[in-house]
Amino acid sequence: MDAYIGVVLFLGAAGLIAIGVVGMLLSNHLFRMVLALVIAEAGANLMLVLAGYRWDAVAPILQPGVAAQPMVDPIPQALVLTAIVIGVGVQALALTMVIRIRETYGTLDMAEVRARMEADLAAAAGVAATGSRERPAGGRPLPGPDSLPGPAVLPETPR
Amino acid sequence: MPRFATVLFLAGFAFLLFTLTLTLGFGEPPMRAGQGVLDQAVAGTGAANAVSAVLLGFRGLDTLGELSILFAAATAGGLVLGHRRPAPDAAAAGAILQAGTRLLFPLMLVVGFYIILHGHLTPGGGFQGGVILAAAFFLPVLAGIGAGPDHALLRVVEGLAGTAFILIGLAALWGGSVFLEPLLVRPADLHALFSAGTLPLLYLAVGLKVGAELAGLLASMARPGGGEA
Repeated sequence: MDAYIGVVLFLGAAGLIAIGVVGMLLSNHLFRMVLALVIAEAGANLMLVLAGYRWDAVAPILQPGVAAQPMVDPIPQALVLTAIVIGVGVQALALTMVIRIRETYGTLDMAEVRARMEADLAAAAGVAATGSRERPAGGRPLPGPDSLPGPAVLPETPR
Repeated sequence: MPRFATVLFLAGFAFLLFTLTLTLGFGEPPMRAGQGVLDQAVAGTGAANAVSAVLLGFRGLDTLGELSILFAAATAGGLVLGHRRPAPDAAAAGAILQAGTRLLFPLMLVVGFYIILHGHLTPGGGFQGGVILAAAFFLPVLAGIGAGPDHALLRVVEGLAGTAFILIGLAALWGGSVFLEPLLVRPADLHALFSAGTLPLLYLAVGLKVGAELAGLLASMARPGGGEA
């Protein structure tokens, strides 16, 4: 029974980290990516706290009028306290950037933001926008039944 | 198939993480430093809460670094957001939120300072209490009462708290011990408010700094658009 509790707790911590990383890699929405980062952080913190657990011990705080008992390791708990605070700082900074992106581009979809950001950078530098898979650089007409001259305006390819 | 590859990689990653942690063994921590800290915490710092003893007594320099990371994040956040004018047409908050804010604000102040000052005796401390203070000052912004915290005042509080933290550390250095070592410790008075010497003062500095930084950051994030964009 006791062994299963350890397995379940470690599985939960590893699962939270995995869910967070999956969310960060597969999501296209910037705010959801920040939330996924928060979930991954929670998993990492849970794993650290679990590393200091002891079966027969109490929280590492002396109580008045209670005889000394074995206590769990206080160092991982202090580390997690630090990690939570730094996590809050990182999340706040990420959210301010998300707010600015939303104000500037009006969207939080990552593909759209990236395309518009690259176009803005190219316009500011005065060079032609870099090519993409759909629109290769060089201005060659793409093969097709209706080959338009120059960088053709392609129909939206379904994703 | 990039999505499939990602999922496959992550399944493997999670499995690796899980098997690695299983070899640790649950309930039998492999670290020995914890027991040493527990043995020396009371005599060295006078704090009943061993986590606070670790955080401020044994690795106070780390806490100073942590504070500077938080300061850097708050400064960078303010820089990214820039100076924002409050939107004139913000909708008024509901009666429940406004009344609840007026009711909760003094209560949250008291609880925040209690948690900060008793951080060496009970669960809590400067970071936890500082977050409660920040929430107390952020509630009126949410409810639309008043103009929110004064940024100049917040900056003064934050600077003074950071300076106080470093000055307490330097005082220990001047007295012949190492930087940020707890001073005036009285382990005989364990469980009393003044048992831990400079630890509650350090926690007060930490709490004020964290509260001021987070309150300023939240207030500038809450102002709706209307920047120069």
